[in-house]
Amino acid sequence: MSYLARRLLTFPLVMLGVSILVFVAIRLVPGDAITAMLGTEAGLLTPAQRAALSAYFGIDKPILVQYWSWLLGVLQGDLGISVIHGKPALTIILERFPLTLQLALMSMCVALLVGLPAGVFAATRNEKISDLAVRIFAMIGQSTPNFVVGLLIIYALSAGFGILPAMGEFTPFLTDPLRNLGQMILPAITLGFAFAASVTRISRSAMLDVLSDDYVRTARSKGVPKRSVIWRHALPNALIPVVTLSGVEFGYLLGGAVLVEQIYALPGLGRLVLEAILQRDYALVQGCVLFIAFNFMVVNLLVDLAYVTLDPRIRLGEGN
Amino acid sequence: MSMLRAIFSHSSGRIGGTIVVIYVVVALLGMSGITPHNPLQQFRIDRLHAPNAAYWMGTDLFGRDVASRLMNGIGQSFLVAFCSVAIATVAGTVLGLTAAWFGKAWDGLVMRIMDVLLAFPAILLALLIIAVVGPGTWTSVAAIAIVYTPIFTRVVRGPALSIKAREFVDAARTFGSSRRYILTRHLLLNLVAPLTVQVTLALAWSLLTEAGLSFLGLGTQPPASSLGLMLADSRNLMENAPWLLIFPAVAIMISILGFNLLGDALRDILDPKTRRSAP
Repeated sequence: MSYLARRLLTFPLVMLGVSILVFVAIRLVPGDAITAMLGTEAGLLTPAQRAALSAYFGIDKPILVQYWSWLLGVLQGDLGISVIHGKPALTIILERFPLTLQLALMSMCVALLVGLPAGVFAATRNEKISDLAVRIFAMIGQSTPNFVVGLLIIYALSAGFGILPAMGEFTPFLTDPLRNLGQMILPAITLGFAFAASVTRISRSAMLDVLSDDYVRTARSKGVPKRSVIWRHALPNALIPVVTLSGVEFGYLLGGAVLVEQIYALPGLGRLVLEAILQRDYALVQGCVLFIAFNFMVVNLLVDLAYVTLDPRIRLGEGN
Repeated sequence: MSMLRAIFSHSSGRIGGTIVVIYVVVALLGMSGITPHNPLQQFRIDRLHAPNAAYWMGTDLFGRDVASRLMNGIGQSFLVAFCSVAIATVAGTVLGLTAAWFGKAWDGLVMRIMDVLLAFPAILLALLIIAVVGPGTWTSVAAIAIVYTPIFTRVVRGPALSIKAREFVDAARTFGSSRRYILTRHLLLNLVAPLTVQVTLALAWSLLTEAGLSFLGLGTQPPASSLGLMLADSRNLMENAPWLLIFPAVAIMISILGFNLLGDALRDILDPKTRRSAP
């Protein structure tokens, strides 16, 4: 079977596994669902009321039946009702998602705009001082947690310039693009910092590999200018690992936004998960986790498809 | 011994190795209570004191010595990191080895479960586990261990499959070596190199995750100290007391840097493919 067919076939299977894991995990929470929902007020319920509530939420049925009806609901876009917000979980998630998506996209731009040129630059100056400087910087960048970057940026701004990043009310992009970008740029740099370092390292080593290939030597000996060899001949082939990394990292950016959104007080999906956990809003936790995992998997699938298009060896089943 | 010599003749191995050794010593001192002051003692008169001879890194809002809390916090973070990576290594090795050896249904089952675990962004899976069990030091250990197990399983299974197909394993079987002997002597010993690299890099990653979880208030709980917790406490005070931010921030960065450098060096040394000049 070709790689692509196998990949497409396992996708729904893994997704099913993810749904089982999330479903079971939430049911492992100590205490029953009704107590979790009503808190201390659950103690005031009469046994009859409790039974009625159990029947209403369907938690008096066997676990498999519960899973099945829950899964059917999920497939129709019903992720349950958030207890805290009193709204369908999906509605809240979709309200918060654009911010996190924008944040992830912007940090990816930051990472690629910084990382790719830095990596190519370092590769062309292999083992020279400037290469070493880029590598040291990339190593430090990779070792700095994004929330530390965020705190240091906020500190540098407030101590050096006496300003604080615009927090408080968040402006959506469509309402006021400039204000929105002003609010998002620091979080994007924060989230993209370590990612830029990874891109630098990967693109440097990929470029080094490619630059030692025969076809690059041929191009050089033909008299093709160095610039053109690097950017037109070598870079496109060095991009494959960068594309993979970007795809995988993009999924992580969607999840890793938790800390950055928390630091900059941005009402995104990551912060929603955190709030839901702290407020014990299990329907919302379940919905958010499922939503993010689904997106993560779709992104990974798309990366694999892009990979196949870029590298025909995999399509023929040799890469595996 | 030759391994140590190899690490210390590798430039980033030398730096990384030194950093890791220093941190381990500091962590042990911090955990066994050998710190300049008691990390929990509140010197009320000296609240938010800048660094000086008595308080090398200043004091926090409650008048607690930052240097002592930092040492204790490093101990705490290292405890979580080492325990979680140890569990993940053992679990991943057992699962990966048995999946490769027995194959068929067991292999399929193990690898599909690992696929499911890998379908979550790491921090999200950790958050889900903490949401279920409740925050705390040992929950962090379990969460990080579960997140990292699939990676070790994959690291072990791939090479184990290719070693299993080699002639010397067939030979061992015909000699009548027991299954356990073949699995531990022939397979496991040949997997030490990739595992060592992965363990070092996993330690860097789990330090990072532990710090993040405690920063969110979902890891180590106060009054115990941890690097992430110290950073969270510094948030509202950083303008007046920057030492509360700078010292833990630098401490986290350098610890992760140490393991990353060491991991890179080990990969260069142990993986013959990336070795630049053949001996």
